[in-house]
Amino acid sequence: MSIRGTSAIVGAAQLDTFKTDGKSPVGLMAVAVNRALADAGLTLADVDGLFTASSYYAFPTLTLAEYLGIHPRHMDSTALGGCSFIAQLGHAAAAIQAGLCDVAVVAYGSTQRTDAGKLVSMAESSPYEQPYGLIHPIGAFGMVAQRHMAQYGTTSEQLAQYAVSAREWALLTDTAPYPTPLTVDEVLNSGVITSPLHKLDCCLVTDGGAAVVLVSAERARDLRDNPVYLLGSGEAVNHRNVSQMPDLTATEAARSSQRALQMAGVTLDQLDTVHVYDAFTISLLVLLEDLGFCAKGEGGAFVENGNLAPGGSLALNTNGAGLAQVHPGMLGMFLIIEAVQQLRGDAGRRQVPDARLSLVHGMGLTLAAHATAVLSTHPEA
Amino acid sequence: MNAPTRPPITPRGEEKVFFDHLREHELVFQRCAGCSHAVFPLRTVCPHCSSESLDLERAAGTGTVYSFTTQHRASHPFFAADAPYTLVLVDLDGGVRVFANLVDCPPDDARIGMSVEAVFDDVEPELTLLRFRPASAAESTAEEQS
Ligand SMILES: [Zn+2]
Repeated sequence: MSIRGTSAIVGAAQLDTFKTDGKSPVGLMAVAVNRALADAGLTLADVDGLFTASSYYAFPTLTLAEYLGIHPRHMDSTALGGCSFIAQLGHAAAAIQAGLCDVAVVAYGSTQRTDAGKLVSMAESSPYEQPYGLIHPIGAFGMVAQRHMAQYGTTSEQLAQYAVSAREWALLTDTAPYPTPLTVDEVLNSGVITSPLHKLDCCLVTDGGAAVVLVSAERARDLRDNPVYLLGSGEAVNHRNVSQMPDLTATEAARSSQRALQMAGVTLDQLDTVHVYDAFTISLLVLLEDLGFCAKGEGGAFVENGNLAPGGSLALNTNGAGLAQVHPGMLGMFLIIEAVQQLRGDAGRRQVPDARLSLVHGMGLTLAAHATAVLSTHPEA
Repeated sequence: MNAPTRPPITPRGEEKVFFDHLREHELVFQRCAGCSHAVFPLRTVCPHCSSESLDLERAAGTGTVYSFTTQHRASHPFFAADAPYTLVLVDLDGGVRVFANLVDCPPDDARIGMSVEAVFDDVEPELTLLRFRPASAAESTAEEQS
């Protein structure tokens, strides 16, 4: 038994992806849920499965259900950090297939920008790390970058190239928060925050709410003519605290994506668009290597010469993603939404022609958790 | 305005054992009686063989830098006066990896692979923290000659 192609995304919405106008995190979730349901031609009364994760709420599905005034029969608050929602696509598909729910909503909301850039987290801090003054997560990614540079000769200029390419993609949207091109020099001159990472090696700090609605593949075809099917789903765990990360330059993302691709029956070369968590230039680089888009250690060369910019060899993070478009604490939902827009052909100037197959890969915390989804315009690859 | 206080840590169980030994200026890890693996952080169950027989061992405190970063911002107002400061992951000669600060070393001199030694910093009456400094010149000369 497999969940391959058994469910589909029929509704998707995002809002206030740079700054909200006074909504709370759960308020952003609630508006996103309503808009995603409207997009699907459904209403709150149809929702019987609720999936969410949050840095604000310890019991986020309860908080959201109470706020919406609904009483779903299936709840999932899987907490894997920023990739939680990508994992929850698979959980939702399994729940739908098992008959635990019929209409599943996956939602997220955050006011991280309004909160003045303070990373909101109720996560417990490790007594082995916190007393030494580690800034989570960027301090850990400084260590990752330092190690990758020492081991593979990766340079700050190469890392900066990804930030430049992401900005180019963002410029093809109508929502780019910084609508001017970026240069490698600007990244290198933006000030070191934690060596060797500069300010512009880091993702934006934004607000944002987003939600998607999943139903069975049969029901999806009744609701709309362009459902986005979940063809494959995979997860993997790497560590919890960065001091226990076995190899700072390699992760279990490889296994997560293999699980998803294998389920989907898809290979990397078949993908039309790819959406990979880019909290930092270096995290993107490590993940691209682990996912197999280039060999381990060759990520630096892979991002050079605009290879990841519009017109490059890989249509990656086609709205500029975390570095140049949106990053409200957790990015996972927004990677999914961008893939859905591409697969619906709704991506405007950045549309990848005839996009049929997309891979979404998220990490959680400091490359600690991994979740991958393969999405498709067809229930078969 | 009052000076910010150190963010508290609340070591529990095995964590407390580690910090109690730091207080005695001992850096400890565990050796599993079931499978002989070195284990850190301290555990009640071995992650390699599930044995519950884990014996404390004292590390020599010497090791090499696996990676590091110099933070130009502090994680908390309490550390603001220290910035920039350097964090290190050190592979101890005993075979486990620990996280701490690098001290007595200008940020530009920090290197992956450099030899370091543990220092115990009694930051408060009830709290000792682990630091590493570059291995003393005498020792590294001895190593080069051996
Ligand atoms: Zn053992």
